[in-house]
Amino acid sequence: MDFSYSKTEELFLQMIRSFAENEVKPLAAEVDETERFPMETVKKMAKLGLMGIPVPRQYGGAGGSVQMYIMAVEELSRVCATTGVILSAHTSLCMAPILENGTEEQKMKYLPKLASGGWIGAFGLTEPNAGTDAAMQQTMAVDAGDKYILNGTKIFITNAAYADVFIVMAMTDKSKGTKGISAFIVEKGFKGFSIGKKELKMGIRGSATCELIFENCEVPKENLLGPLGKGFNIAMKTLDGGRIGIASQALGIAQGAMDETVKYTKERKQFGKAIAQFQNTQFQMADLKTKVEAARLLVRSAAWKKDKGLPYSADAAMAKLFAAETAMEVTTKAVQFHGGYGYTREYPVERMMRDAKITEIYEGTSEVQRMVIAGHLFK
Amino acid sequence: MNIIVCIKQVPDTTEIKIDPVKNTLIREGVPSIMNPDDKGGLELALQMKDKYGANVTVITMGPPQADLILREAFAMGVDRAILLSDRKFAGADTLATSYALAGAIKTLDYDLIIAGRQAIDGDTAQVGPEMAEHLGLPQVSYVIDAEREKNGNFIVKKENEDSVQTLEVEGKCVLTVLASAFEARYMTVAGIVDAYDKEVEVWGADKLDVDENKLGLKGSPTKVWQSFPKQLKAPGEVFEVSEEEAVEIIVKKLKEKHLI
Repeated sequence: MDFSYSKTEELFLQMIRSFAENEVKPLAAEVDETERFPMETVKKMAKLGLMGIPVPRQYGGAGGSVQMYIMAVEELSRVCATTGVILSAHTSLCMAPILENGTEEQKMKYLPKLASGGWIGAFGLTEPNAGTDAAMQQTMAVDAGDKYILNGTKIFITNAAYADVFIVMAMTDKSKGTKGISAFIVEKGFKGFSIGKKELKMGIRGSATCELIFENCEVPKENLLGPLGKGFNIAMKTLDGGRIGIASQALGIAQGAMDETVKYTKERKQFGKAIAQFQNTQFQMADLKTKVEAARLLVRSAAWKKDKGLPYSADAAMAKLFAAETAMEVTTKAVQFHGGYGYTREYPVERMMRDAKITEIYEGTSEVQRMVIAGHLFK
Repeated sequence: MNIIVCIKQVPDTTEIKIDPVKNTLIREGVPSIMNPDDKGGLELALQMKDKYGANVTVITMGPPQADLILREAFAMGVDRAILLSDRKFAGADTLATSYALAGAIKTLDYDLIIAGRQAIDGDTAQVGPEMAEHLGLPQVSYVIDAEREKNGNFIVKKENEDSVQTLEVEGKCVLTVLASAFEARYMTVAGIVDAYDKEVEVWGADKLDVDENKLGLKGSPTKVWQSFPKQLKAPGEVFEVSEEEAVEIIVKKLKEKHLI
């Protein structure tokens, strides 16, 4: 058993840390404040190959591992959770399902543009009446000869306003329940497809979360992703992978809040000494540090299994559940350690606390993760 | 065009601590990095590669673990990497180091040699210029810009204390470069994935065009007499802003430190 980073991972860590510190961190407060999508960062990431880390070379990717990809999400989220989720949704929710389920033509058509970062990817499953109960899809896809006609609405779609390619779930046969759901690759310019209202959110405010509207949207037959009626399976499998990404995002937020708190408690003096010298600070921080490390091991282990081609569904759920709850706990306590200053926007911990909350909700709430874990336990 | 860049692995001196009793460097846990001026030199070489097309070779002299900065150089885009590593090089001062590097370079084809101005662990700024002397080449130090003319000459800008000089150098030469003038590129992800699949050539003294008596401790007239720590200052932050903004920043920083 080897818990150390490989030499390649060490080199990657050196690069991504310096990129996050120098290019991403300086924008984080402003991106949050103005709810602005950091397009310039996406372009810089594209230039370095960060938008296609685990995609094989033949499809225009960097040919890296899942492990490297989740390290990138962690290090970006450590300084800016918005940037972390842009990469995570693009990679796990759009490129991964194409890579895992696409035909050779679909892969050759979409992956090089996505992996090079020329195009941004998104994923549409959630609907107003189909959240945790994702099987209640109301978006319909009707076979019209050489194309499908889609009608319906998706909500809370990450990256939507800036994405070029969307993986969209829709009902092709309502009588078959989940077996009547199919997956489609939808391009931004398809007739009848438009982006609806942008959500105003508590956290990850720079990520453009919007509605997708399908009004007699025409999707060519060749854009059916995977077999007809297999969309629900594809969505669930995609979310398994996505959860490792969100777990890394949560881990990064937690680590970022730890970093800030260690720095602050060493500088802040009360009652004649640095508050880091009080045993209350030390004991609480020791507990938090332990949880962050435990989360990191769960995340790395789930990514390792995905890299090895082993089953990882329960591992991803456990990693996300634990990392998200750890992020919420660490950031809440980080604000407490910062006292009144922590409640102000002069310090980043209040932003981190707002950002952390979503990790307990999207790509499956913590309750869904418990359902998945229990499902594996009692099968 | 063939460009050779000399680089060195150094302890990250911004992270280094001094043993208060023994007055020596505590090296444990201090990360090793590519010397910043050398990285600037590498960036200049890679910019020339992008602009004119070139083969870029990096050379370093050091222990086997210096392999790391050569992998980093591969991931940034260099074509070839050579590690001079041999017990015979041990204990070298700047003269013996520049002699060994020159001895390696003599065996290679090149049009231009680039080195960093100085290394952050020794601050001598001697190795580049000495290497030029060993090779009998013209040299320009403190370089902030360089371009290649069609006839093979180089137009080079050199930073002086209060002025910038523009020089034309005929043909092959040694340039020593300032990090501040060349913001080094990041490694690319694909470059990183491939870095450990490439070969770092490890050369011993026998591969070099040298007199072995001039290598390592034997070839080093400099002896360290005493070491002592300089007064450590926290690394500063530079803001280029108007006077009013400067006041705001200073007040904010003082508040952050709870000094006011």
